[in-house]
Amino acid sequence: MANIASTTTTHQATGPVSYKGEGFKNGAIQALLWLNAVIMLYPLFVMVMSSFKSNAEIFSSPLALPQSLNFANLEKVWSETNFLQYLGNSLLVTSASVALILVVGTMAAYAIARYEFRFSGLWLMFFLSGMTVPLKLAIIPLFLQLNALNLLNTYAGLILVYTAMGIPSAVFIMTGFLRALPKELEESARIDGANEFVIMWQVMLPLARPAMVIVAIQNAVPIWNDFFFPLILITSDSLKTLPQGLTVFMGEFVTDWGVLFTGLTLAALPITLLYILLSRQFIAGLTQGAIK
Amino acid sequence: MKADWRSKPFHLSRRSLWIAFLLAPAAVIMMTFVVWPLVSALQLSFFRFEGLKPGDFVWFENFYKVLFQSPFRDATYNAFWHNIVVFFALMVLENGVALLIAYALLKELPGHRLHQVIVFLPVVLSAVIVGFLWKLLLHPLFGVVNAALGLFGIMGPAWLGSEATALGSIVFANVWHWIGFPALVLLAGMQRISREVLEAARLDGAGDWTILTRIVWPLIAPSVTIVTVLTFIGSFNWFELPLLMADMEGSPGRSTDVLALYFYRTAFGSVTSGIQDFGQGSALAVLMFLFVGAVTFIALKFLRSRELEI
Repeated sequence: MANIASTTTTHQATGPVSYKGEGFKNGAIQALLWLNAVIMLYPLFVMVMSSFKSNAEIFSSPLALPQSLNFANLEKVWSETNFLQYLGNSLLVTSASVALILVVGTMAAYAIARYEFRFSGLWLMFFLSGMTVPLKLAIIPLFLQLNALNLLNTYAGLILVYTAMGIPSAVFIMTGFLRALPKELEESARIDGANEFVIMWQVMLPLARPAMVIVAIQNAVPIWNDFFFPLILITSDSLKTLPQGLTVFMGEFVTDWGVLFTGLTLAALPITLLYILLSRQFIAGLTQGAIK
Repeated sequence: MKADWRSKPFHLSRRSLWIAFLLAPAAVIMMTFVVWPLVSALQLSFFRFEGLKPGDFVWFENFYKVLFQSPFRDATYNAFWHNIVVFFALMVLENGVALLIAYALLKELPGHRLHQVIVFLPVVLSAVIVGFLWKLLLHPLFGVVNAALGLFGIMGPAWLGSEATALGSIVFANVWHWIGFPALVLLAGMQRISREVLEAARLDGAGDWTILTRIVWPLIAPSVTIVTVLTFIGSFNWFELPLLMADMEGSPGRSTDVLALYFYRTAFGSVTSGIQDFGQGSALAVLMFLFVGAVTFIALKFLRSRELEI
């Protein structure tokens, strides 16, 4: 994915060569790209605009802009729903899962990448084989397993499932990255008398930050957005995550479209803002698995 | 290594402890929440269940029921057929259009970075947001889609309410949600083609269509392989959008039923399928796993050999 970021410069160096009829054709291509942009953005624009409208406005003139900036829907979401609770739960579950994935995934990858020991290749294979497994299809035994461990309907159960799903690709990315770091750094620290933990924590891991950002984004986005596992593993309203909470919401306010659009807008807001700020890292992180 | 191990037992055992400490947490979590559930998934499919407890060992009864016994059989094949339709629809509508978008982006016209960010924006949103948003937009009376069609004097149908249009509407929402992913994966594949090759073809007078079909297409074969396989796996795990935009039953009239929905109803119970049946559910899961695994394996072999040929 680095190439998406880097091409701009390479191509400017070559310079676009123009040919006969190229101007017209490029104009047509631009027009199609903008048409596509409208298709991508207009639904989201309607969503945001409708959140400022009253129900009467939405039903009578769905295409019109709101008559005024009306925050009644926002107040209703604030005071009559558990939106904040859902948001908090999602933040907790996502950050705890990503933190755990980073810690245990990096530990395992560090052992495999930086030490020679018997069966290290097998260990890597063990972790990597998890990448191909669709855990959704093992939801019944997973459900029974969590039931046996008393982890159904708990934050911990959900977090551990997400962690297990994230470990394989984290080990894959981190092993590749850590292996590429030069041996000399480690050796000189060892000669200076640093112990293995200090070498890992103070010498090697600071260098692995770019890979950790990729691992974090690659896991945070699907976990933040996930609906399937909470649907099956969480039943208490107070533990529900934001996507799951939205379904409760859509059931309660079926006819109150202003509130529905406001709920959707608020739910989309955090990740959209982050994406706009970090679009390059998001795109790199999420397409990482499909681009080699 | 071995000599070391004998000569410095103390030093090395501390080292092995350290390595074990590094590996253990990840290994324990993987064993508990991935390996064990997967192994027992197969085992559970051979039991008749009473609630959450496995009862009698019934050999292949659960498999026989979902594959050959009415009414389960009919639901299985109906859902399976819809998964196939969804896969081919996505190959054309999502990946086909994504290929054109990728080629347009490859030209690096002014604003191409912005277009990359825009086309990828829905990818970062939850299927729940996308599903509900499109459900509201496609509402026959108050939805924006039919309001817009109304401007042209067209009476839009009840998109999600009629058997003829429901599945197609959900596929469309899926295309809107995910198209940025194949577009940027294919773009990355195209950007690996050397600039000289494309310039040379252009100087020889090749048009865009020739360049796209004769030069770009063969050279992005690895990206096409990945996109195809991911679309296939995605189509056979399709769950969130049909559940949220239609319902758990694949309404209207089972026209949006897919295997994951049927699996969910069977395993966790619903109005129509009655109480939950973990045995039959497990059998369905095992069959889906085997089917997707086998087809993916064969497709990878075939597509990889095609990559080498061209």
